[in-house]
Parts: sequence; C-alpha cells; structure tokens
Amino acid sequence: MALLEVRKLTKRFGGLVALDDVSFNVETGEIVGLIGPNGAGKTTLFNCVTGFYEPDSGEIHFDGHNICGLKPHETCLKGIARTFQIVKAFHSMRVMESVTTGALARTGWTQDGEKKALETLGFVGLADKKNVLAGSLTIVDRKRLGLASALATGPKLVLLDEVAAGLNPVEIDDVIRLLRKIRDGGTTLFVVEHVMKLIMPVADRVAVLHHGKKIAEGSPEEVARDEAVIEAYLGRE
Amino acid sequence: MVAFQMSQRRLLFIILVAVALLLPAVVTPFILHVAIMVGLFAYLGSAWNLGCGYTGKLSWGHSAFMGLGAYASTALYMFYAVTPWIGAIAGMIIAAAFGTLVGVICFRLGLKGHYFVIATIALAEILRVTFINWPVVGGAWGLLMPIVRDSLYYFQFHSSRLGYYYIILAMLVAILYLERRIIKSKLGYYFIAIKDDEDMAESLGINAFKYKVIATAISAALTAFGGTFYAQYVLYISPDTVMAVGVSTEILMGAVVGGMATIGGPVVGAAIIHPIMELTRAYVGGRGLDYVVAGLLTVGVAVLRPHGVIGWVEKTFDAFASYLPEVARS
Repeated sequence: MALLEVRKLTKRFGGLVALDDVSFNVETGEIVGLIGPNGAGKTTLFNCVTGFYEPDSGEIHFDGHNICGLKPHETCLKGIARTFQIVKAFHSMRVMESVTTGALARTGWTQDGEKKALETLGFVGLADKKNVLAGSLTIVDRKRLGLASALATGPKLVLLDEVAAGLNPVEIDDVIRLLRKIRDGGTTLFVVEHVMKLIMPVADRVAVLHHGKKIAEGSPEEVARDEAVIEAYLGRE
Repeated sequence: MVAFQMSQRRLLFIILVAVALLLPAVVTPFILHVAIMVGLFAYLGSAWNLGCGYTGKLSWGHSAFMGLGAYASTALYMFYAVTPWIGAIAGMIIAAAFGTLVGVICFRLGLKGHYFVIATIALAEILRVTFINWPVVGGAWGLLMPIVRDSLYYFQFHSSRLGYYYIILAMLVAILYLERRIIKSKLGYYFIAIKDDEDMAESLGINAFKYKVIATAISAALTAFGGTFYAQYVLYISPDTVMAVGVSTEILMGAVVGGMATIGGPVVGAAIIHPIMELTRAYVGGRGLDYVVAGLLTVGVAVLRPHGVIGWVEKTFDAFASYLPEVARS
C-alpha cells in the first residue's frame, strides 16, 4: 500500500479550479517530484495534503488513514512534515530553539527536544549556527532551518516546497546530497520544484501538473520527453 | 542579547530582590505606597505578558479578569465571611473560566491583530456593564470592604503598609519564577512559535487554537489574583475602578514600555511608569493628568523603541560589548 494516496482530488477557489481530479501515489522510500508551470496547483496540492486547505472533493490517505479534513497540526502528528515556498521562520528564536520547537511534537520534555534538535542540526549541517537568531539567517540557511525544524517532528513523509529556488549550483548540489541522505534515513520525500537541475538527478518519479490537472507521470527522463509536458512549459508552436 | 550571561542575570535578580526586601527600612509611607503600586502593576503586567506578550495576542481587556478576581474575593468575604485567600483562588478559577470563554470565542472566530484587540475591549465592557447593572454586587456603587483588624488571614493591614508590600513582593517573585519555568517549557516554546508564525507553528504539530486558549486562561487566572490584592489594598471596588478600559491600559502599558515577551519587561516598565504617575498625581495634580503623562510615555516608547526599554538596553549593551574587543585590539 502506498504511503500517500491521493484520489480524485478537486479544489476550487470560487470559479477557479486549482486542482482538477488529481490522483497519484507516493510509495514508502521514494523521492517523488511534482513539477509544473507557475499556477499549476502544486502548492495548493501541498496545502490540501497538509490540512491548510480542505479539498472540495476527493480523498487523501496517508499510512492507511483518511487524512482529509484534518487540521495542519494533526497531519503533522500523523507523520507529514512540510516546508514553505515563501520561507517562514520563527524570527525571534535562535536556530536551536526553532528546531527544538519541531522536536517537541514528539515529546513533552525540552531536554529530549534539544537532544533531537542537536542531532537534526548536525544532519542538515547547521550545527555551527545553532545560537544564531533565525531572523538574521540568510535565505539559504533559513530554508535549511525550515527543513531541520520539519525533520525534527519525526515525519514519515516530508513535503518540500521549492527548496532550491534562488540557490546557486553548488548549493543545489548540497541540497541534492541532503535529500538523498534524508531518504536513506528512511523518510519519504515529495518535492515541488522548478529547478530541473535538482529534480532530474534526485527524483525516482515525477508527476506534472498543468492548470490543476495531472498531465504526465513517470521517470524524470520519460517526463522530460513527454509532448504534453513540453507543450505546457514551452507553449504550442 | 547574548551579552548578559545567565548567572549574571540571576545575580542581578537576587540583588534586586534583596534591595526590595530592605527598601521599607529607608522610605517614607508615600514612597512605600508607590512601591506597592509598582509591585502590583509589575505583577499584573507579568500576568498579561505571559498570556499576551509571548503569544502576540494583545488583549486590551485584562481589566475583566482583574475585576473578576477583585469581586470574587470581596463578595465571598462580605456575604460568606470566606478569607480573601480562598476568595482569590475562587476568583482565579472564575477568571480562568471566563478567559477560556473569551479565548474560545475570539480564536474560533479567527480574530487577529486589531480585531482581536477590539473584541477583548468589547468583552471586558460587556462584563463591566453587567456588573453595573447587578444589584447583588452593589451595581455602579460597587463594594466597600468592611474594615477589620490587621491580620494576614483577613488580608488587611492598617497600622502600616508593610504587610501589603511584602505580599505583593512575594507575588511578584512567584509570578516571575513561574513565568520563567513556563517559558523554558514546551508551553513557552509553543507560545513564541505561535507569535512568530502561526502557519509554521501548525505545520510543526502545534494546535495553535488550544495553546492560545491555554495562554489566555493562565493569564486570566494570574491577573485575577492581582485583582484580589487591589481590592484588599484599596478596600473599595466598583466596575469603573477595576473593570474599566483604563485599567486594562495600565496593565499592558508596563509590558509595552519595558518590553513585551521578556521576563523583566513588565517590571522595568511598571517601575518607570507608576512612579511618574503617582508623582504627577501627588505633586502636579489634576484629574487624569497622570494618564496623559503615562500615555505620552507609552506612545513614545512604542514609536521610538518598539522592543521596549529592555530591548533597547540589551541592544546598546551588545553593541558596546562587540565594540570592546576592537578597542582592545587597536
């Protein structure tokens, strides 16, 4: 059984159909990419899966449970963590405190939370900045921090919303290594991304959204050759 | 903010408490009165700060909780001869219940920012008008506490204000200790997370609604105890003296001036504002002039130093500390 199973998901905003009958699966241990032009509905899909939006119809199953209609904090406790496209941070907290906040989802003791936070900070490579205020980090480090805080909640599935946007090639290579390391640690990844340089080497499978519809799915190579995908990105000749 | 080490903070705290303990030996009764008012509003400001400063949900209706505490203990004593100490606990429970109700209403409706502020004023005003029209508790006249002999049991001290002074000092030290414990716990992490970014907090498994209601309830209960102290100190309460918007303003002014979401903020703020207010009342006179002065001060700090006096001092201290090594090197 798939870890995440999305069936016939539809989300409307007034007259706009942001997601139109979208179905797909994410299997345990995979890195799945989700691509599509701006406004395709990628972030809307994330928001539906994580409970920030309630879908109009369709079903979302996670780890054998129907999670449709759960609140964001409930989806987190079920084992889904996420990062945000527009980077969010607890600006008055230090890096360590921010990650500890994530870890406290699984424990009531701050000491346990801090231990988990230190571990996670070492894992993502932010340990040397643990006492820096989150608000004064660079965008790259803030993204890392968002990821670390999400990982500290002990998720089975992590949804990453454009982790590579704005990064230089060297930083992108770092992120690729980090994503593989997370997957090898047993956490499944579902990645929204514009940067093909990141998605192509790292994803096992890619789904493509366009105008709220899934227009293609397959290995990165298959998707890159797909007529409908090329048309969605480049337009018809 | 790295400048003060923890042990230095603790030392500073111990020195301040020692000074406060010895203060009555060297001051006049009037100064002692000012010190008591500073202590009371430092206490009330801390209670406000714990629920509102750290979560960023700025209530302008805390007079409701103060009033409930004052009325509960006073009415229980007058009608059933219950000691104000038990009455204070009853007041705390009633205020916590009302705080939970306020929280559930406001946060279920998703009120944020100014709308939340206005809603808290409105709910406190509803309570005030209700008490004005409730003859059992004296209506608009309020309740005059019967004067009995000096005793800790009856929470009354007439021959000297020392009793009140040491009680409010103990209450203040206790609330600061409690605040520190809470802020260092899971609750504290969650309160600050909610203030900084509620969506991110939710994504990390924080039930923001639940924790905002908990914050309001804790803050309400602690504020109510301050209300009981006020009632026992002044020995007269009415809806307009303990439940008015002006009282809410006085409660939150200390935290705004001193620095919200810092443990020392409300104490520093109260220690700045209340002596100025009391001195204005005593030596310049004029009904309401004290509020004008305090209001100007608050607006000035809010505009010029939005992180309050504590934030300002720490920033200056940090800048100074980071400048020092350069001086040493050159």
